[in-house]
Amino acid sequence: MKKILSKMPDALARLLVVFAALAILGAFVVIVLIPKDMKDVKIQWADAIKAEQAKPVLYAGFHACGECHERIYEKKKTGYHRDLSCETCHGPAYAHTQDPDEVKPVIPKERAFCPLCHAYNPSRPRGFPQINPAAHNPLKACASCHNPHDPKPPTTPKECSACHGEIARMKAVSHHVQLECTTCHQAPQQHKISPRSVKPTKPQNREFCGKCHARDAKDRMANNAPRIDLANHGEKYVCWQCHYPHSPEVE
Amino acid sequence: MNGRRKFLRDVRAFLVSISAIGGVLKLLPAKAFAREASRKGKWYGFGVSVDKCIGCARCMEACKTENDVPREPFYFRTWVERYIIRKDGETVVKAIESNAEAAPDTSGDRSILRSFFVPKLCNQCADPPCVQVCPVGATFQTGDGVVLVNVKTCVGCRYCIQACPYGARYLHPETHTADKCTFCYHRISRDLLPACVEVCPTQARIFGDVNSGSSPLTRFRRMNKIHVLKPALNTEPKVYYASLDGEVR
Repeated sequence: MKKILSKMPDALARLLVVFAALAILGAFVVIVLIPKDMKDVKIQWADAIKAEQAKPVLYAGFHACGECHERIYEKKKTGYHRDLSCETCHGPAYAHTQDPDEVKPVIPKERAFCPLCHAYNPSRPRGFPQINPAAHNPLKACASCHNPHDPKPPTTPKECSACHGEIARMKAVSHHVQLECTTCHQAPQQHKISPRSVKPTKPQNREFCGKCHARDAKDRMANNAPRIDLANHGEKYVCWQCHYPHSPEVE
Repeated sequence: MNGRRKFLRDVRAFLVSISAIGGVLKLLPAKAFAREASRKGKWYGFGVSVDKCIGCARCMEACKTENDVPREPFYFRTWVERYIIRKDGETVVKAIESNAEAAPDTSGDRSILRSFFVPKLCNQCADPPCVQVCPVGATFQTGDGVVLVNVKTCVGCRYCIQACPYGARYLHPETHTADKCTFCYHRISRDLLPACVEVCPTQARIFGDVNSGSSPLTRFRRMNKIHVLKPALNTEPKVYYASLDGEVR
């Protein structure tokens, strides 16, 4: 070792010392001076997650409103707008939950607001209630006819055909033309207000059709009805698997 | 003498190549395992029911409010596209304005075959290309599967904006850092729903934990036929679409 050092030119030895010093300085800067969170990406990420989680919440969420506005909350629960969050219309309300007197959420009353969802637009899914804002009771506020917390059409349909036109037109040219819809379906009054949640009844078994179409049928309507033997006519199936009741075939 | 030298050289070559192959083999499953491991526990995903979207833009509004996104109609963390498919096969895609009144009336146009709305947002890919390209490690995936941007270290180079196949990122004009949908990370950490899910009037947006047996998202994925955007890119998006039209890119 000594031999190597003594053999080394003086200039090179000094240079080595300078390099060594630089290396030590560099290591000192990297290991001691630069803070750990600047080197370790994991620490940065943990900090970023904390910063993200600390951001303020503006929308309070669906259940916050019900704690105070119980009456409206209960009313809304049964109507078409039941799945609608209060803040969809009234805007972010977290500040209101913290200080109910100072901060009031908006109440959108202008006619331009409801058509954001309910204006006719051919791209909207079929069946979604849509109106033409220009022609639909112009100049009247939406809320003067429809309660936004429990909206429904001002008049409920009286005839089944108002909604079930296709079935009504088919039945009108079929052998069942004389039958009322209510002969086979019991439609509760509520069905006209909430057609999707309250459904009319449907016949459940073969004996129902048999009231007119069985050999020994005694129903008043059954005079000219085609008769079958319930015991051996397609016994495995219910009637409407082969015969469409709104337009039963001739044979 | 020559034989011994050749033998030693062969042994060295053998050892080097074996360790190289071993290294590659060891790396590959390590990466796969790492991803599997992070999928345990909470692993957030998102459901979009295209058939339910009415294009009311309440989600875009709520997102901008909740997350302080610039108001100009150029910066979006989530947006809704209106697809118009004409009879001649031409497809027109346009992001809707948050003011639905401004939408052109197409009801009389007989050349239209079908049209519909498609909500879009960051797909929070399980294998995100934006994270791979970030030169400073500023964008990363959390343990629950959300891709976030660290604004402190982001240098605003826009690589991630270029790399995202879904166009889900933008450069924030004030901070000059990349910005994107976080699934409202501050809300979901407090057991609230993301703002867009909260306000969606038709429940076209569903949020939940992919791994949970009882989350609304699991039910959504069980009850619907599901597709994701650009599956061929192997980014493994976690935004699941029901009733997605084949024209949607």
